[in-house]
Amino acid sequence: MKAANMPSEKQLSVSDNEVLIELKNINKWYGGFHALKDVDLTVRKGERIVLCGPSGSGKSTLIRCINHLEEIKDGSIRVAGKEIDKAAKSIEAVRREVGMVFQSFNLFPHLKVIDNCTLALRRVKGIERPEAEEIARKYLDRVHILEQADKHPAQLSGGQQQRVAIARALCMEPKVMLFDEPTSALDPEMVKEVLDTMIGLAEDGMTMICVTHEMGFARQVGHRVLFMADGEILEETTPSEFFKNPQHERAKAFLGEILAHH
Amino acid sequence: MDKFGSPEFLFLLQGLKWTVLLTIISFIGGGIIGLAIALARVSPVKIVQRIAAAYIALFQGTPLLMQLFVIYYGLALMSFNIDAWVAVSIAYTAHASAFLGDIWRGTIQSLPKGQIEASNALALGYVSRMRDIVLPQALKISLPATIGFAVQLTKGTSLAAIVGFVELARAGQIVSNLIFQPLLVFGIVGIIYFFLCWPMSILGSHLERKLSLGN
Repeated sequence: MKAANMPSEKQLSVSDNEVLIELKNINKWYGGFHALKDVDLTVRKGERIVLCGPSGSGKSTLIRCINHLEEIKDGSIRVAGKEIDKAAKSIEAVRREVGMVFQSFNLFPHLKVIDNCTLALRRVKGIERPEAEEIARKYLDRVHILEQADKHPAQLSGGQQQRVAIARALCMEPKVMLFDEPTSALDPEMVKEVLDTMIGLAEDGMTMICVTHEMGFARQVGHRVLFMADGEILEETTPSEFFKNPQHERAKAFLGEILAHH
Repeated sequence: MDKFGSPEFLFLLQGLKWTVLLTIISFIGGGIIGLAIALARVSPVKIVQRIAAAYIALFQGTPLLMQLFVIYYGLALMSFNIDAWVAVSIAYTAHASAFLGDIWRGTIQSLPKGQIEASNALALGYVSRMRDIVLPQALKISLPATIGFAVQLTKGTSLAAIVGFVELARAGQIVSNLIFQPLLVFGIVGIIYFFLCWPMSILGSHLERKLSLGN
């Protein structure tokens, strides 16, 4: 664990940075269900945000809106100066800046680990295979899984697969990484290796938005914790404040639930 | 009255040759058009989806025999002067494309949603998403059903006899009419069909087992 006063230091270090993600008045409906209600979110370069909240609160939906895996009804989304509009080009432009890691890994099972990593480099960035493989090896090495490069995903453990998924996203050299409950599908003994990888990324200054219930991780690397319930951000504060002094009743109840299990 | 001898047998093998050729042509043609139908069926554009759905419904909802008649006589009535070969090939290709298109549509849609989401998140475009992610997985899953359809198609070519196309079944009929031994002749024809289709069925179930082990 880092020093106790770290959150404020962390905050200072990024508060002047450029704005990387700007969501304004996001509204999302699933049929008659109002999943996101006028949500605003600004993320600066280098910032690390932890999104938490009860299931169905809209936290996954929110980060999935950032790279347009979910269509929004209204509101605006800007990532690295690029705004998503109806045009497919604008969506692709944003997706190139955003890496995503899913709860269930979503590796391509018919491709080897290395090919999982090189595919987008070759098809989206048009990089030739040898150079793409070089880049892929660099990031596989960074998540300490280079030795598995020639295996298929099914031959790896869950934790290893998730680290490959992280490497695959990193290969595109995104400006921001989105993590959608990256450790929820893992056996307990594999959670640490994935969290350690994410902490490594944080230490290198990666901008991150993590939907997670790993409160130790939130405390250690988060600049801000956002607590969501019923499609709204109810609380937005530093991790230490959030854990010490939650304001909202829903947040207190949520923390009671979570901490009882840890 | 003749006995069944080698000339008769060779005549049946001539018929077999056309059966095999017609199967191959309609399977390849049906595969190419069927792929387009499957992609159209899962297209994001509603109208394209509907046209593909109508095409599939049309060919799945009417008897193959009727399709043969309509195309064989229909093309002639529209004063296209084409021979039986071309007409029959067109009919079977259309038939196969509807069924293969629907089989592949099913396996494409059976892929986990996460595969598409991961491709989207990596900014892969439509072509790469289909060529590199969706089709390799979907076609692999569909192999047993695809081979099953190929077996159906092989046997289905016997219907082409009805418009005067001399394939294996029609050849059997001709030989039988000559030597008046229908039981013997059609018995042999049946055995030839069996040894044509049986290996395909075995290959299909072998692949099915292998694929289920792979998961």
